[in-house]
Amino acid sequence: MSGDASKTLSNDVLWGGGRSPFSVSYGKLMIWFFLVSDALTFSGLLVSYGFARHSLLPGVEWPVGEVVFNKVPGFSASLPLMYVALMTFILIISSVTMVLAVEAGHRMDKKGVVKWLFLTIIGGLFFVSSQAFEWSHFIHGSHARVALADGRTAYLDENPEGDAVIDPATFAMHLGSTHGEEIKGPEAYKLFQNAVHVTYGANMTENEYGPPSYANFFFFITGFHGFHVFSGVVINFIVLMMVIKGVFQRRGHYEMVEKVGLYWHFVDLVWVFVFTFFYLV
Amino acid sequence: MERDDIIEYSLDAGHSEEQGRIIRKQILFVAILLTGITCGEVLLGVFWRSWMPESWHWVKWTFIVLTLVKATYIVMSFMHLGDERRNIRSMILMPYALFLMYLIFIAMWEGNFIHETVIHFL
Repeated sequence: MSGDASKTLSNDVLWGGGRSPFSVSYGKLMIWFFLVSDALTFSGLLVSYGFARHSLLPGVEWPVGEVVFNKVPGFSASLPLMYVALMTFILIISSVTMVLAVEAGHRMDKKGVVKWLFLTIIGGLFFVSSQAFEWSHFIHGSHARVALADGRTAYLDENPEGDAVIDPATFAMHLGSTHGEEIKGPEAYKLFQNAVHVTYGANMTENEYGPPSYANFFFFITGFHGFHVFSGVVINFIVLMMVIKGVFQRRGHYEMVEKVGLYWHFVDLVWVFVFTFFYLV
Repeated sequence: MERDDIIEYSLDAGHSEEQGRIIRKQILFVAILLTGITCGEVLLGVFWRSWMPESWHWVKWTFIVLTLVKATYIVMSFMHLGDERRNIRSMILMPYALFLMYLIFIAMWEGNFIHETVIHFL
């Protein structure tokens, strides 16, 4: 599979000019340069995220991933991290189908390339829509933070849906944390009504989970990655059209599939790190 | 279409039917490994904290090591960097790794410093 790279050549031949000392084509070398620079951008983002976490002011807690991301569409029960794990799984599988498309391309098997590339695009679309659900869940929130008039903090049992009116009889709050002491009924509702400030879900200036920078990093890092996935899907689609039209069959090699494959694997690679540092650690 | 700049290396990259079978077996192995590691990470995250809360620090390091294992397999196997010549491998990985180790060190050091300073002096 590595072709020229697997040949044993002396350094005189390799570096003697008239050939690439790396035994790769111009396009492949350039996509690697691009990926290194993109990797530096993402590592810059993740390192600044780490910096923000390490330099927290005393008394400020960084939110825990298992608590924030605990919903799966279609299930009302709390399933910590299951959906993110499913997204990771989908992206890894689409990476596998992509590497199979590259392998089929090496055998000049046009049908195989079309099949695997198509499945890769489906996986990518699945991932992007899962990301949309995550964002909507994150922005809507589930336990609004209530700053009570006496200086204490409470968390709602459940955020009201849209403009729904809260019934004082079934109203409940938790003091201190989302699992803290529960206060219920009309008295609790009175405290809620007299509250200084209520934070629902998340936006760019405040969020119910923790410090404002938490939501900002979430939006920027997963948004930037999601945009990479989206553009990856678009590029994959263009290349799929070219494969179907037989452009690469006529050219004699499927290196273009290999190049978009490199980009796609890179997107998967970044997600592996985002998954670890944003959701797990 | 004649492309004189890439023809030499790109045409070379093909392989035969039986080589393909071996390669597909390797791909399957890596796929199962990556899935297994991800499942293990989630199980650790969900259960370890409730079993042994005091050793949570070690779980975080386990996560980081497992992530690096996954990243190595993706880069070396899926991105075929392991099959390329050693010079291109070093050219891509070495400067990146050196710079990043420096960046992580300096950012974590400064972050902890700010945290400690605020605790002690404000």
